[in-house]
Amino acid sequence: MTPLDRHHAHQLLEQMIRIRRFEEKSAELYSAGKIRGFLHLYIGEEAVSVGVQQSIQPQDSVLATYREHGHALMAGLSAGSIMAEMYGKQEGCSRGRGGSMHLFSAEHRFYGGNAIVAGALPMAVGLALADKMKGREAVTFCFFGEGAVAEGEFHESLNLAALWKLPVAFLCENNGYAMGTALERSESVLDLYKKAESYGITSVAVDGMNVGEVEAQTSKAVEAIRAGQGPRFLEYRTYRFRAHSMFDAQLYRDKAEVEEWQKRDPITLFEDALRRRDLITAAEHDAMEARVAAEIEEAVAFAEAGTWEPVERILDDVHTEAPQ
Amino acid sequence: MITTYREAMRQAIRDAMQRDERVFVMGEDVGAYGGCYAVSKGLMDEFGPERIRDTPLSESGFTGAGIGAAMGGMRPIVEIMTVNFSLLALDQIVNNAATLRHMSGGQFSVPLVIRMATGAGRQLAAQHSHSLEVWYAHVPGLKVLAPATVEDARGMLWTALEDPDPVIIFEHVGLYNDKGELPDDAGAVPIDRAAVRREGSDVTLITYGGNLGKCRTAATRLEAEGISAEVIDLRTLRPLDDETIMDSVRKTHRAVIVDEGWRTCSLASEISARIMEQCLYELEAPVQRVCSLEVPIPYPQHLEQAAIPQPETIVAAAKEVLGR
Ligand SMILES: Cc1ncc(C[n+]2csc(CCOP(=O)(O)OP(=O)(O)O)c2C)c(N)n1
Repeated sequence: MTPLDRHHAHQLLEQMIRIRRFEEKSAELYSAGKIRGFLHLYIGEEAVSVGVQQSIQPQDSVLATYREHGHALMAGLSAGSIMAEMYGKQEGCSRGRGGSMHLFSAEHRFYGGNAIVAGALPMAVGLALADKMKGREAVTFCFFGEGAVAEGEFHESLNLAALWKLPVAFLCENNGYAMGTALERSESVLDLYKKAESYGITSVAVDGMNVGEVEAQTSKAVEAIRAGQGPRFLEYRTYRFRAHSMFDAQLYRDKAEVEEWQKRDPITLFEDALRRRDLITAAEHDAMEARVAAEIEEAVAFAEAGTWEPVERILDDVHTEAPQ
Repeated sequence: MITTYREAMRQAIRDAMQRDERVFVMGEDVGAYGGCYAVSKGLMDEFGPERIRDTPLSESGFTGAGIGAAMGGMRPIVEIMTVNFSLLALDQIVNNAATLRHMSGGQFSVPLVIRMATGAGRQLAAQHSHSLEVWYAHVPGLKVLAPATVEDARGMLWTALEDPDPVIIFEHVGLYNDKGELPDDAGAVPIDRAAVRREGSDVTLITYGGNLGKCRTAATRLEAEGISAEVIDLRTLRPLDDETIMDSVRKTHRAVIVDEGWRTCSLASEISARIMEQCLYELEAPVQRVCSLEVPIPYPQHLEQAAIPQPETIVAAAKEVLGR
């Protein structure tokens, strides 16, 4: 492994740790009443967004679900602007109006946090259509959970994207459960990538706990999209370690099952692999944790110091204001 | 017996399941998860997964299946998690459920009950908090109910199931934990009349569902200022019980309509028009409407609360019509 590889591996690890710690802090702040509404944690699934991010370029667009803190961090939104959003402060990335489920950033071409399951897929098709019609060389990255595969919008979107050969990466984060409904209780065919294949889209299932695998497979697929070969579908097999949201009593799964998956924690897996090959020292690891901790502390301070949008401005932006 | 709105609703479902073997419940996470608002918690263990049927995420699909099953001789209760998500099933409800009887010359009917949550107040932001009851109340062929009390939560479902046509039941999310007294022999209640929840002589407050409590609070405050407010709970939003409304307005000569929907083209607009048509000359002042601000419901608490009706705004509107 070259020094460059070593540096890259460290980056992957640090980004996964960053998302993990950011969300652990968010859970804590939820219990403290600082964050309200629905909070959906990505803990256990970090390898997917970190691995995919390696293929995303600045001109590309990203769409995600309500479980999108990790994707937003990867897209370049600052931890502070995300935390402030979750506090509901006007310094937040959506001015505090969206909260955890609705992170947006035009600057980063991050088209949101969508809380309607499968709601983003048709929009992803449209963004890619616009790119194609305008001759922009860009790819639209659309993340969604496997629950979306049962919705009509999923099927309509895949058909359109395939029919029009649009540059979309459909990124299915299959964590085995849609709220409390296990995949085998909701799908007639469990290999979801086969459904995508039926639309003539080259599709693949990927070990979503292995960040290297995610990076490699995604990169291959995205190269094909950039080469003008139309959409690709990737099914990342992963697992959500935490409850669906903070309201979920998890009546639908055994602790033992969660523990079994936790043995394949993407962060531990990767870290162990690096250690075994002497690619990381304890000091380097500690330095990562320290950097991340400092960033999160700063993000929380930023959110705490944030301000409430005055009530008088509540109607701003319902429509585009006429230029003065 | 003191019970919660949620338990009353669950008891109503249990009762219906025991009374009629054609009754079954179908929707997302109604079984293993226990219902997104825990209404059906425990019922899958009691009745089995055939009759408490978890569905994949496919609102259009399972609502349409409910229509088909109803036409095929079953008595389905379809649960849609919230009214925002029911928009994915709008086609089935409006184009099929509501039309089939008339369009088939009376040959087919759709004895289907659809339950869904509605309303704001839990900081769930703009894709989970809207009050779109009026969209359904607009449609001939549907009946629309909004139980506001424990007794109605317990009693309306059976009456709805006995109806040969589609009935939609709206449950405001703010009501589930409300407690109330329920007689041991509580059962079905009529759904054709509005209820006078509080008698008064100076002004009529007309409301339904989750805003009944706010109107009661407002009435108590008004009483302290020497104003006697009558409170009407519509209970059924389609068809509206004009008689109860007009009787009250003829008595008080002043009306304030409180509706969490947006003001424009709201249920409040409709009721206001009916009062104008039927008893304009009885009015001492123009009808007032207290509705939600015309904005997607924002996440932070201060903006969310500012967007929806409050006892203070109801009191202010009542004083306005009284010229005080
Ligand atoms: C159209 C719609 N129906 C229902 C819901 C409620 N809901 C929110 S998340 C969820 C489960 C989605 O599961 P999945 O797509 O696998 O994503 P995950 O939450 O596992 O990341 C459900 C049913 C919703 N948000 N939108």
